[in-house]
Amino acid sequence: MYAFAYHRPATARQAAGLLAKKEDAKLLAGGHTLLPTMKQRLASPAHLVDLGACADLKGIERKGRNLVIGAMSTHAEVAASPVVQEAIPGLAYLASHIGDPHVRHRGTIGGSVANNDPAADYPSACLALGATIVTNKRKIEADAFFTGLYETALEEGEIITKIAFPVASKAAYAKFRNPASRYALVGVFVAKRGSDVRVAVIGAGEGGVFRWSEGEAALKARFAPKSLDGVKASAKGINADMHADAEYRAHLIGVMAKEAVARAVGK
Amino acid sequence: MATVSMTVNGKAVTATVDPRTLLVQLLRENLRLTGTHVGCDTSQCGACVVHVDGKAVKSCTALAVSLDGASVTTIEGLATNGALHPMQEAFREHHGLQCGYCTPGMIMAAVDMVNRRGNDLDEKTIREDLDGNICRCTGYHNIVKAIAAGAEAMGGKVQVRQAAE
Repeated sequence: MYAFAYHRPATARQAAGLLAKKEDAKLLAGGHTLLPTMKQRLASPAHLVDLGACADLKGIERKGRNLVIGAMSTHAEVAASPVVQEAIPGLAYLASHIGDPHVRHRGTIGGSVANNDPAADYPSACLALGATIVTNKRKIEADAFFTGLYETALEEGEIITKIAFPVASKAAYAKFRNPASRYALVGVFVAKRGSDVRVAVIGAGEGGVFRWSEGEAALKARFAPKSLDGVKASAKGINADMHADAEYRAHLIGVMAKEAVARAVGK
Repeated sequence: MATVSMTVNGKAVTATVDPRTLLVQLLRENLRLTGTHVGCDTSQCGACVVHVDGKAVKSCTALAVSLDGASVTTIEGLATNGALHPMQEAFREHHGLQCGYCTPGMIMAAVDMVNRRGNDLDEKTIREDLDGNICRCTGYHNIVKAIAAGAEAMGGKVQVRQAAE
C-alpha cells in the first residue's frame, strides 16, 4: 500500500469539506473493497477521508412508507435490525448473506452502493425496491444511479448519506454463490408494491445491475413462481467467465427469480 | 505519522504509526502479539480475526488509525489467569487443529459466533458461519465439533476439562 494522508472527520459535512479541499482524496467506509485495492496498488489516493467517525451517517429508521438506512450502517447492523426485519425482511436476509460474518461487521451499505461492484448484493435491492440514494447534495433515484460497471451517478465530492427504501408489500432475494469465492454468480431481488413489480439482477449483466423486463412482465400478470415457467432470460449482454458461461448465468436468472418469488409469497 | 490509542486485551496502548499500518501489523509488529496470524492478506482466510468492540473483524482489512478508541481482543486476551478460555479448551480437547495456523482466527470467530447466536449451535449453523475462515489442512470436522462443545462450555453447562486430568 502506498502512503497517504489520513483524515477522520466527525460529520458528513466535514468530510465533504475535506473532499473539496484535498486533491486526490478518496472516501473510506468499511474498507472491504478500497483497502484490498490499495494493498494491490490498484488505487493510491493521496488522501483518505475515513467516514467511520461520522455519527450522522449511522442509524436505521422507519419514516412513514420508507425504511431509511444511514450509509455507514454495516451489513451486520442491517441484518440484525428489528426495524429492517419488520419493514423489508428480504433486505435483512440479503444483508445477512453478504460476504462472511467478519466482513459483515465492517462492510457498509453506503460503500457497497457507491462502489457498484457487478457482484455486490445491495444494488439489486435498491433497483428492485425503487430506492432513493440520498447524498450530501441531492436525491438520486436508483434507476438513474447505477450507470455501469463500478460506475454511478455520484459526482466529485458527493457523499451518500442514506438510502431510502419504499416498503414493498412483497420482497425477497435469492442468490447462487460461487462455491469457492462466495460471490454471487447471479442474485435476483424481486419486489411487488401495489401493481408494480420489479426484478433486479446482479452478478450477471455486463453493465452491472439491471432490471429483467421479461420477468417483470410475467410477474405483473400474477405474482407467483409459476408465472416464470417458460420465461427465459436472454444470454445477450450476460457475463461469461471461467465460472459460468452466459447461457448458464441467463438460466440462473430464471431459477433465482423463481426462488425469490417463492420466498416473497412465503412458499 | 499518526497517533492511535486503543485498549488491547484490557491494556491501554498508544502508538505512533504510519496511517497505512493495518490493525494486524500494529498487533504483531508494534505490540508483539504474534498470535494473530496473516494467512492470505486479502480478507478471505480469517487467520487474522480479532474482536473489535466485541465483534469479529479481519485485522488485515482495517487500518489501525480507523480504530482509535476501540477495544481490541486478540487470541492472547482470551485466557484468564493461566486457564484456557472454554473455546480454547474445547479445541484442545477435540483436537480442533492440525498445523495450527488458522486456529487463532478460528477460535476468535467461534467465540464471536457464540456471542451472536448463543450456546446451542448445530453443525449446519457452525459450518455456515465459518464461511470467513479457511483451514488449509481441511481439518473442519474436528473444528466444528470443538466449536459446538466450546459453545456449550461457554454457557457453563459442560465441564470441558475432565476431573481426572
